[in-house]
This record gives sequence, structure tokens and C-alpha cells, in this order.
Amino acid sequence: MKSSKKVVTIGGGIAGMEASSFLAAMGYDVTLLEKAGELGGHLAKWEKLFPTMRLGKEVLNFLSQGIYENVKVLCNAFIERIDRELDDFRIYLADGKVLEANAILVTTGYDLFDARKKEEYGYGIYDNVITSADLEEFFSSGKEIRTASGKTPASVGFVHCVGSRDQKIGNVYCSKVCCVTAVKQSIELKEKLSDVKIFCFYMDMRMYGMHFEALYKEAQEKWGVQFIRGRVSEACENSDGSILVKVEDTLAGRPMRLTVDMLVLMVGFVPSEGTKKIGNMLNLEFGPNRFFKTRDQHVLTNVSNVKGVFFAGACTAPKEITHAITDARAAASTIASYLEQNSVEKRTI
Amino acid sequence: MINFGYTLPSDRQIVYDKNNRETATFLRSKEPTFNSCIQCGTCTATCSAACFTDFNFRKLLLLVNRGETFEIIQELQKCMLCGKCLLVCPRNVNTRNILLNLRLYYAF
Repeated sequence: MKSSKKVVTIGGGIAGMEASSFLAAMGYDVTLLEKAGELGGHLAKWEKLFPTMRLGKEVLNFLSQGIYENVKVLCNAFIERIDRELDDFRIYLADGKVLEANAILVTTGYDLFDARKKEEYGYGIYDNVITSADLEEFFSSGKEIRTASGKTPASVGFVHCVGSRDQKIGNVYCSKVCCVTAVKQSIELKEKLSDVKIFCFYMDMRMYGMHFEALYKEAQEKWGVQFIRGRVSEACENSDGSILVKVEDTLAGRPMRLTVDMLVLMVGFVPSEGTKKIGNMLNLEFGPNRFFKTRDQHVLTNVSNVKGVFFAGACTAPKEITHAITDARAAASTIASYLEQNSVEKRTI
Repeated sequence: MINFGYTLPSDRQIVYDKNNRETATFLRSKEPTFNSCIQCGTCTATCSAACFTDFNFRKLLLLVNRGETFEIIQELQKCMLCGKCLLVCPRNVNTRNILLNLRLYYAF
């Protein structure tokens, strides 16, 4: 059943792709706007996914099925202005295109925290301090894992909660995925470099997902990863380029000094630049953590403060892939309900 | 009485019901961020005094909270009030003010 109703999705990451496919399958006329040259968002950068270690590419292939046939995909799209006419929208793109929409789905996602802001960890200052995204880049490119001077690292430290749960840099929320990502990346490092010693410095191990705890246990039992409960206060560079980590081993109750050849900072989520830009354009409300504020935290999680504008994915809060996909499907059904003139707030079954 | 060489060992448990937790109540009223600590240990990791003594601010806060304040006066003397802990705390606990108030409370 084809509908004449038009939906424009802003952001072609996981949530934008999945919601657009679902809306197209329901018969709506869907246009998906992506600012980059191709769809996939952050997913395209991750080689293997927790907790199954399957390839990110497989999930991306699943999300891509039929999308170019059923959805009008516009990549390299730059939105200049959005006008509202009664309940409808008109979206002006930089290349002169004008799109009509009866509903807008915002899926502008997140950016990774800029680790240079935590100067005490030395990212951008010391050569052997890298981020979890940099390490993933080693994995996806198939490059050998080497320190800046070309040596195989004998020891690697992972610092959890970089840019998360930290009032000093203004992000009080937990980014959810970093704990399990550190566990995942530890295992991958051990698979590639069997002699490497790995230390994870954590405040709490938040293994909330089904099978996350099993992966944590595997890292301990099978791979011998050391988990040290304490938040790193600072990292310093030794003359040979190795990194000295200062932490309290809180369970031993004593300060600890430890040298690693490489230090990986587990960077968290921040609202993306696109989230800020589109939010300001559409007068969308932001929550205290600067992600979009949903109309209700339990029951209206895809609904914005502006009639006809909806949310999905990590633009409202940090989410892992599974959650972004289910959120996208929920947004698609919320939009369909809205376009069929049902109230999004009241149940009229 | 024949002395068999046995003694009753002292109780190692934190007897929370009996412990005097007035210090914690006092600190809460003077410095509400006392409640915000999540025991991450960043204060102790950066502490100048902790490198050379057994001073441990994180543990001190925890023990005050539990009412275990028997050796607190010796502990308070180990802090040099440099304030580095204040700079690194992810929960913005006003560590320095807590320590100053503890010194006032125990009047030295």
C-alpha cells in the first residue's frame, strides 16, 4: 500500500537506515539525508562487534539491504534551512534541492569525546597514548599493532570512562559501551599478540547486556587480562616513550605506579555536531546532558517537543547497536501512527 | 584462674549499628559533596602525601561514613592540603573543605 505521505530522515547511521527501511516498507515516501559520502555512520569504522565478535560489516550489509531501491538516499547532503508550513516541513539543501516532509526523523547520532580535553592523560601529547577508535583503526586496517617507535607493545593499558562520568569535563552520564568495548579490544589484542600484558583501569565494570558478563569472564580466564579497580589520575611519558600510569589500586587500598608501552583511552559519547545544528534549526529541546530531550523518558522516547519531529538512535542518549536498531523500529511505528492521524500521546485502541 | 594462653580476639567487624557516625553527619552539613564520592581513588592516585605515608583520602572518607573514626587524628595530620585531589575528582567532591572541616571538628 503506497502512501503519499513523505518522511525525511536526517542522518544515515544505524538508526536512520533501519527506520527509513521500515517506513518505506510501510509504504511511505522516505528520503534519507546523510552528510558523509556514504551510509553507515560510526558502524563503518568498527571491525568486530561485542559481544559476539561478528564483523560490523555484516550488520551494515543487513541494514543496507534494499535501502537504495526503497528509500531515496541523498549522500553529501548539507541542510541549509528547514521551514515549517502548518504541520509540514520544507527542507532546503545546499545544492538547491527542496524536500517536502509530513514528518521528520532526526537520527543525528553522536561524536566520540575529544580525548585531548583530558589533558592529564596526554592524548595528542604523548605518542603512545591512543583512543579506542585509533585502536579499532589498527584492527580494521589490518595494520600490525606497533608503538610509535615501531616496537611490538609488551604491555597495554585501557583507561575506562574517558569523557564519561566526569563532572570536570561536564559529562556526568555513562556512555554504556566503553566497558564492554575495552573487554572486546583486550581480547582482540591478546589474539593478535599472545604475549602482551593487558591492564584495564575501571571504576565500575558495567556489563549490563546479555553475554557481556561472559565476555568479561573470558577476558579474565582465557586471556588473563588484569582488571584494576581505580580511576587513572594521570599518565606521564618516560624517556623511552613508554607511559607511566598513576592510579590507586582501590581494592588493595594503595597508590600504584605502572608502566605500559601503549595506553588506550576509552572515549565516550557526546552529542554530535549535527545533533546541535539540527536541534537549533528545528528548536528542539536538549536535555541536561545536551542530547535531545524526549517527551517522556519511558513512554514517548521517540517524540520531540516539536509536532511532526521524531528521534531515533544515539541523538537522545548513548546506545549500543542493538538498542539503536530497536529504537529505530520503534520510531518508525511512532511516525506511522502519527501520519495516520493517531495521537502519539494518548492510546485510542 | 589457670592461664591457658587463650584470649578473646577483638571484633574486626564494622559494627555499623553501634558505630558513632556523628562525624559523617557533621561533614554532610558542612560539605554536602561528601555524599558524592564513588570511591574511584583518583584523589589517592594523585595524592602527594600518599606516596610517602599510608594516607589514603578515599579510605578516610569511607571510614568516616561508616563511623570508623578511631585513628582519624593521626590520619588528618598526614595531609599537606596541596589540593591536587580537588582538581582530579570526577564527582567534584570538595576534598579540601572536607579535610579542613575534619580538622575543625577534631579541633587542631
